[in-house]
Amino acid sequence: MGELSVNLCGIQLDNPIIPASGTFGYGYEYAELFDINCLGTFSFKGTTKDPRFGNPTPRIAECTAGMINAVGLQNPGVEQVIQTELPKLKACFQKPVMANVSGFSVEDYAYTCRMLDAQEQVGWLEVNISCPNVHGGGMSFGTDPKAAAEVTKAVKSVTTKPVIMKLTPNVTDIVTIAKACADAGADGISLINTMLGMRIDLRTKKPVIANKMGGFSGPAIFPVALRMVYQVAQAVDVPIIGMGGVSSAEDVLEMMLAGATAVEVGAANLVDPLICPKIIEDLPNVMKKYNIQSLQEIIGGAK
Amino acid sequence: MKQGIFEIVENLPLTENVYKMTLRGDTSAITAPGQFVNIKLDGLYLRRPISVCDLQGDFLTIIYKVVGKGTAQLSEMRTGTLDLLTGLGNGYDLAKSGASPVLLGGGVGVPPMYLLCKTLLAQGKSVQVILGFNTKNEVFFEQEFKDLGANVTVTTVDGTYGLKGFVTDALAGCDYSYFYTCGPEPMLKAVYRASRTSGQLSFEKRMGCGFGACMGCSCKTVTGYKRICKEGPVLQKEEILWES
Repeated sequence: MGELSVNLCGIQLDNPIIPASGTFGYGYEYAELFDINCLGTFSFKGTTKDPRFGNPTPRIAECTAGMINAVGLQNPGVEQVIQTELPKLKACFQKPVMANVSGFSVEDYAYTCRMLDAQEQVGWLEVNISCPNVHGGGMSFGTDPKAAAEVTKAVKSVTTKPVIMKLTPNVTDIVTIAKACADAGADGISLINTMLGMRIDLRTKKPVIANKMGGFSGPAIFPVALRMVYQVAQAVDVPIIGMGGVSSAEDVLEMMLAGATAVEVGAANLVDPLICPKIIEDLPNVMKKYNIQSLQEIIGGAK
Repeated sequence: MKQGIFEIVENLPLTENVYKMTLRGDTSAITAPGQFVNIKLDGLYLRRPISVCDLQGDFLTIIYKVVGKGTAQLSEMRTGTLDLLTGLGNGYDLAKSGASPVLLGGGVGVPPMYLLCKTLLAQGKSVQVILGFNTKNEVFFEQEFKDLGANVTVTTVDGTYGLKGFVTDALAGCDYSYFYTCGPEPMLKAVYRASRTSGQLSFEKRMGCGFGACMGCSCKTVTGYKRICKEGPVLQKEEILWES
């Protein structure tokens, strides 16, 4: 039996599988289907300082081997998350959870992170500077190394828990942004958020999505994500969470060989809500097949 | 919600592009008329949400119109199995029906009315059904509703069958205690405006997951933000905020 556990920024995970933010709500929808304690952890729905409805609908478009979303960070706001969502989660998830945070100013990020940092259930802060679906925030921080560093520093100065900066692939050079975050004190880097994409409805001759463009995710982007994880792993010393189109135990192993310490699964949850427990169940067999004894030992093994 | 593998028992056309499929599997998660299932199809990334038309033990009936790649693929399946998520959505609340509810279905909004009608009749209600279609060769399920014992009126927009006009034209002459409806949004809006009682309306929206995780199908209501797939697809008349 292979060893699945990995250490993510000082916290031991039973396995490296983490449902990605925005595809797993605050956990309890999935708890109807399976015991979510089997997960390494999960990253909860992107939370902002104030409540948000998000973008108009349609927010979803299907693509070949993937989908586009333009939800626009719908969430009840950090106060409501702490008062309502986290207590509900406590009933079905006993492990430390990853708090995903988004914002529209450096102060927003710092405020929301400080509030969530104080919650006992929160193990890590995953700071989303990469949402392609909101104006005047999100991705604009993740496309400029100076702004990325500024958010990192601001969050680090008000928190005690590991801070993981989540990066967008919609940049010329993701390595520069990753380095800027690591230099500014980030404890980890997670990548990639969705790739900006669009679809047009031939019947209406208009974009399918009300917001016109959205974030493309799913198996189609896996090779791009893997390449970026590999590049960033060569350039920074902090742990990396790899994500982008991961849908199988084999994908997980590739991500880890490219340099990921843990792996997030996103769009695949929406299609097969049991995909994460299936991957966790498959991992020992697939590891055996490829002669892998311990996951921790293969991180960054593909040179 | 449950995930299960269903065997295709039958898949037959009712009209030129509307099909009725009977499936066999674990239906235990389906708890109310008006809920839907989400179907995985080979080669397509997202599942296809389709409302439940009828339920008899292990047998589940769905009726769908061929509108795109997914439904076209579904219409060609004769045998085999399908991966379904079942028990999705809130479904209709039957407790509010009163003694003589009216059910209005338009086009592929007709199927969910069937299980609802059957269930209300079993509770001893006097059920009136209004089925709206564009034209004669699109009409389906009139006899099936009559066989249940409901009082059925069919309307067609072009007058080639039944009463000429919209479901609301037939509604004008009805006495009813409550209404239930499903159909295209312009029809829902017309029923909302024409109805003289409270009621429930079932909405359709482009979905990602179908079980409340992705927030792809959210809408604003008087009682806050709702996910059509989770707190919907059925909304109370009083809580609806029309987008346009």
